[in-house]
Amino acid sequence: MGEVIVVTSGKGGVGKTTTSANIGCGLAIAGKNVVLIDADIGLRNLDVVMGLENRIVYDLVDVVEGKCRLKQALIKDKRYPTMFLLAAAQTKDKSAVSPEQMMKLCETLREEYDYIIIDCPAGIEQGFKNAIAGADRAVVVATPEVSSVRDADRIVGLLEASEIKNIRLILNRLRPDMIRRGEMMTIEDVTDILAIDVLGLVPDDESIVVSTNKGEPAVADNNSRAGQAFRNITQRIMGNEVPFMDLEETGGLMNWLKKIFRIGNGK
Amino acid sequence: MDFFGLFKRQPKSGAIAKNRLQLVLIQDRMNTTPELLEMLKSDILKVLANYVEIDEDSLDIDINGSEGPALVANIPIKSWKTR
Repeated sequence: MGEVIVVTSGKGGVGKTTTSANIGCGLAIAGKNVVLIDADIGLRNLDVVMGLENRIVYDLVDVVEGKCRLKQALIKDKRYPTMFLLAAAQTKDKSAVSPEQMMKLCETLREEYDYIIIDCPAGIEQGFKNAIAGADRAVVVATPEVSSVRDADRIVGLLEASEIKNIRLILNRLRPDMIRRGEMMTIEDVTDILAIDVLGLVPDDESIVVSTNKGEPAVADNNSRAGQAFRNITQRIMGNEVPFMDLEETGGLMNWLKKIFRIGNGK
Repeated sequence: MDFFGLFKRQPKSGAIAKNRLQLVLIQDRMNTTPELLEMLKSDILKVLANYVEIDEDSLDIDINGSEGPALVANIPIKSWKTR
């Protein structure tokens, strides 16, 4: 029996879709059978982040309305043979799907796949309720900003009210240089406030922009720091213990020099 | 102009963010609004006014606390009312 994991955040623009894409690909690279569902009906984006935008024939709404068979709507990714994408409809709105339909879909998918990753839309309305309806676990994505953490707190409350017990945090776009200067909330600041376990720490990394530009998730890029963070997250999702990466280690000439002269290590 | 104020160490923005976040979450988690707090304040003052004269300018009633929300009030008393 597979597991259904919803990726959510409340606030938009904190990296839900990027996280969903990277976790999905990471699990596929690890040999798992994965379905990625874009639950953001009307504003689909997971397809472009994955580089599969030209492959969509049928979508989530077609499946729940019975316009096609489930298998027909699952888009195969040539790069990751064990991963499939179920795209969101672009021309419908959130009310085209009900929580009951999502639950039924998740039940069907979990018979055959190891992991079903649901990319939740921003907000706490119908789209959110649909996305979490069939989920066993939740991954809350937040950035170290007041607005994002505030919304994450709200989302955690709503998830708990919906009987989702396993809720874990991904802290995204961390800037170790700013944290060191005291100009960004620390990891402890955020975890003290949210009081949920950390699933992963993702540094702010240009390579995410580059990989999104190309439609190739960073998790597959061995030179990407954020990609490494997502590889670790993937391992933790599969139940393997992996130490949190040292965010300070960034490579490059300056850091190489710093390492040699042992300067700049504030701790 | 506060000349010496220039040399005062300003808190870093990370600490400011944490502080603001804690306060906003206390309200969010309790489902209160600033209006509700104002109503609570004025009701408390109404009751106190039966017994004491209060210095309303330097009065401070707020919700804070690092271990769960607490109503913290600092209400300077000018004098007791005699009956």
